[in-house]
Amino acid sequence: MQVILFHLMPYAALDLESARKHGTVWVKLPNSHFDPEIGHRLYNRYLDEMEYGEELGFDAISVNEHHQTAYGLMPSPIVTASALARRTKRVKICILGSALPLRSHPLTVAEEYAMIDVITGGRLVAGFVRGIGAEYHTFGVNPTFSHERFHEAHDLIIRAWTEPGPFAFQGRHYNVQYVNVWPRPYQKPHPPVWIPSQGSRETIDWASHPSRRYPYLQTFSPAKVVARYLKMYRDTCKGYGYEAPDSQLGWAVPVYVAKSDEDARREAKPHFEAFRNVFVRMPIEMLLPPGYTSRESYKNVLKAKAEMFADITIDKAIELGLFVCGSPATVRRKFEEHWREMRFGNLLVLLQFGTLPGDLTRRNMELFAREVMPGLKKLGMPVEGAAVG
Amino acid sequence: MSFAQSTLRLDGCNVSLRRGGKGAPLLYLHGAGGAPVVLPFMEQLAERYDVLVPEHPGWGLSDEPEWLENIHDLAYFYLDFLRALDLKNAVLVGSSMGGWLALEMAVRDCSRIRSIVLVGPAGIAAPGVQPADIFLMSPEELTRNLFHDQSFAEKMLAQPITPEMVDIQLKNRHTVARLAWEPRLHDPFLPKWLHRIEVPVKIVWGAEDRILPAAFANEFKRLLPKAEVEIVPQCGHLPQTEKAEQFCDIVFRFAG
Repeated sequence: MQVILFHLMPYAALDLESARKHGTVWVKLPNSHFDPEIGHRLYNRYLDEMEYGEELGFDAISVNEHHQTAYGLMPSPIVTASALARRTKRVKICILGSALPLRSHPLTVAEEYAMIDVITGGRLVAGFVRGIGAEYHTFGVNPTFSHERFHEAHDLIIRAWTEPGPFAFQGRHYNVQYVNVWPRPYQKPHPPVWIPSQGSRETIDWASHPSRRYPYLQTFSPAKVVARYLKMYRDTCKGYGYEAPDSQLGWAVPVYVAKSDEDARREAKPHFEAFRNVFVRMPIEMLLPPGYTSRESYKNVLKAKAEMFADITIDKAIELGLFVCGSPATVRRKFEEHWREMRFGNLLVLLQFGTLPGDLTRRNMELFAREVMPGLKKLGMPVEGAAVG
Repeated sequence: MSFAQSTLRLDGCNVSLRRGGKGAPLLYLHGAGGAPVVLPFMEQLAERYDVLVPEHPGWGLSDEPEWLENIHDLAYFYLDFLRALDLKNAVLVGSSMGGWLALEMAVRDCSRIRSIVLVGPAGIAAPGVQPADIFLMSPEELTRNLFHDQSFAEKMLAQPITPEMVDIQLKNRHTVARLAWEPRLHDPFLPKWLHRIEVPVKIVWGAEDRILPAAFANEFKRLLPKAEVEIVPQCGHLPQTEKAEQFCDIVFRFAG
């Protein structure tokens, strides 16, 4: 299994009381709540944490894109990835991902990703996402064209990376007379493409298609939901006539490790609950603008609304497997159990979440890396001495 | 006056149509919320006109054709509609997005249009005035914001919601977003061609409109200097519902 350190870079200094009064930290929370001096310290702290990930032995460091929110301070994951590109030497850098439909010109993604790939000598993992619903409100991009724009932007980027330029691209949303991207990416035929998702049939059908076989990552969901979507992915692959290797499946989940289960719960509680109940929260109209999901999915969310949009405690989150928290032995055991059930080949751990401060984040990272990760990395590897002669 | 419901096939799309009354044709173009039922103002108008109330492609019981991608597609569809039904000298009454639609039709072809009544119309931007963000409102908030007199909202909210109604609400909302998400509820190029509208235009606006503030009427007046503007006091976004009698009087006086 590959273990990946995932960071959201939240505005951890957020005034939680006033964020609660606004109902959400997305779209309309006034940016007067952002203090640039605190921001300066946070960005540098977070970059240090991510760089430390390489020293601790993670296989990859992962960043993502969110706009106009305290949830994550990475409107451009390109900037974060660029900062990491020169300060790390070995780890892969995963951008999970760039929100293609929000870009007015997808070739800018092709170019920026190619630059990072060439600078790092092929350490980039290219994630593509549609952006979350709230970002269609902030950017004004029409959500009913989101899928179309995503697919077309994707096709343009892949062709720009793989076909000799210049060539012309004619689409419904993007028209380019001369596609001729300099630099070309370092990896052949192009950087691996990963698709993170909150779970959608459409995305799974598309990502698992034999012409793509893109690894699918289920993000921040209860364990049984993760299991359901990963199974759906495997079944869809079977329907296409092939068996998905574990490396095509991933799970992104917040994790907290401390000396004992009790310590872990006590230390993580305020920070996890701030993450789940303040940073993540938004009304359904913001989360799912028209066309962002199918109407069937929307109705399913409506049905589960009471549960999904209510506050939950850390205990409930642990019970749901939305959060993995405990002593090293507990966390190791839980992941081993989940892995036996789901066989994900990529585990993305969010070791800083919400308001979790620097000292606890570092200790969490160290305990996880030293006492949990080595065992997890061996999962799915051929057992030594058992190789067929 | 009783309305007959039928389905009309046009441009590859099945459209649900309610029609009632006698007289000159009056085409009612509904707004974002659709026209799922015959309302009292329609009955009243049907005393003097042949009232046609289609549900637009993408709304209600009508199909969602693939060709429907922007308001212009809908405008061409309704110009085809006027021709297909051979409606001549039609009065167009357009509410909100339907008002925008009437304008998009009229800048293209007024030959079958006698006059136009715009009710709290969308369609243009106005400096310093912002439409409410209908896409961030819950269904309840939206209903409340439609009316000045909250008893209308209470009555609507008290109705039981069937699964079919939920489906239709989601369908309507999808089409509204498709046509009006960005630029929000207007076409930035429309003002350039408003001078092509040579038929009389009446603009009716609820003084207390919380969806499209009545201040938009000033900009319309600037762009359509010959249009008559009437502001209805103590009234929200839907004068035809909230002040049905007064609204019908305005139509009768204006359109004859």
